[in-house]
Amino acid sequence: MSKRILIVVPSAIAAKGLEQVFNDLGEFEVCAILRDLSGQELRSMAPDVVILDPNIFDYASRSSVKARVAEYSDAAVIAFTISPLDEEQQRQYDAVIGLMDTPPAIIKKVRAALEDRTEAPRAEGEELSQREKEILICVAKGMLNKEIADLYNISIYTVITHRKNITRKTGIKTVAGLTVYALLNNLIDMNSVE
Amino acid sequence: MNTSSTRRPMSPAMKMAELLDTDFSLLGVATRLGLHFGFGEATVAEVCQKAGIDPETFLLICRVYAFDGYRPTQEALSAANLKDILQYLHQSHAYYTEVVVPEMAAALECLIGPCEEKQQRIIRKFFADYKEELSKHFAYEEGQVFPYVEAVLNKQNSAPFTIGEYEENHSNVEEKLEDLKNLVMKYIPAPCNQQDAYKVLFYIYTLEYDLGKHTFIEDDILVPMVGRMENHE
Repeated sequence: MSKRILIVVPSAIAAKGLEQVFNDLGEFEVCAILRDLSGQELRSMAPDVVILDPNIFDYASRSSVKARVAEYSDAAVIAFTISPLDEEQQRQYDAVIGLMDTPPAIIKKVRAALEDRTEAPRAEGEELSQREKEILICVAKGMLNKEIADLYNISIYTVITHRKNITRKTGIKTVAGLTVYALLNNLIDMNSVE
Repeated sequence: MNTSSTRRPMSPAMKMAELLDTDFSLLGVATRLGLHFGFGEATVAEVCQKAGIDPETFLLICRVYAFDGYRPTQEALSAANLKDILQYLHQSHAYYTEVVVPEMAAALECLIGPCEEKQQRIIRKFFADYKEELSKHFAYEEGQVFPYVEAVLNKQNSAPFTIGEYEENHSNVEEKLEDLKNLVMKYIPAPCNQQDAYKVLFYIYTLEYDLGKHTFIEDDILVPMVGRMENHE
């Protein structure tokens, strides 16, 4: 199913150009082009991605754009800007597209923003899966990704994905921290780390 | 906290006691710059001058602490005194290593008292590793970066090093601290004392908060200031 994109950009030329970029592919469908954004429209259109020009908001509310969209939709929110945003404003968006970005660069950013969004909701409050526990134990014992991949006959890429998920679920990033975690949860005993 | 004064802009003409009352994290800033309590009715400018600190530089650091997301203007950067910034960073290092970390270590030791011996050992090792990493990071700054900045300040020639390299080298000491936070918050075994856990977490958050501001002063004040001096040469 193609991903629905809502474009909220006051400049007709820029909006048209963006639409062109997405329509050529089939992967995306531009569900509407608006000059301004209302909560109701946002809810009824249920887009997967909202691309908006931050200038449609007055300056004071420009740092809470994402929060305002999130009230009505769980779409990924991408800023389309003519002038660079300051860091704080930029941080709230899932991606930032500039006037000078090439079509492939735009597509890449939108895809990445969508991927992040699909990964995020299942992140919270989950226990580690059996396979994740096995991999955690290997990490705690000091094994390298390559060694873990060979042991379980999986690709290094898969090992990395598991490790990312372990870190996301536990909130623990370093190998040393994961070792403590494994020990406190009785996944390993002290002898195997010394 | 005195709410009526929180909205007043910080200025050298303000009473020092009043300024510090707007945000208690400023107490640390003042102490580290050697401003002594018992300010009476003296203004920020008076207290600073007596201690040989540039009032605007002191206020610049105060703004970093008091206003989240604060970005100094170019004018503020050109007006600031590099020597005072350097002293502040140096004193912060001392405060972290001599006060916060030992207190955190003592609290952690109480916390893990009821744990099994093997658990204690691994937690102690984790904390010792963290401490070492932090000291190494500070030692690099004290041994390489600060002397370089002083050389630039005194217009001496120094080792072939530019402040840009420092930016690249600015290693990340935050991850392990965050791990420790999560380990205590989420996974500390049941027999541990709640008050002890609170204390450890309190020190972790204190250090995390202060290190965040500290890093900001290094990256967004020290580095651009020195960069500009390099370019003027």
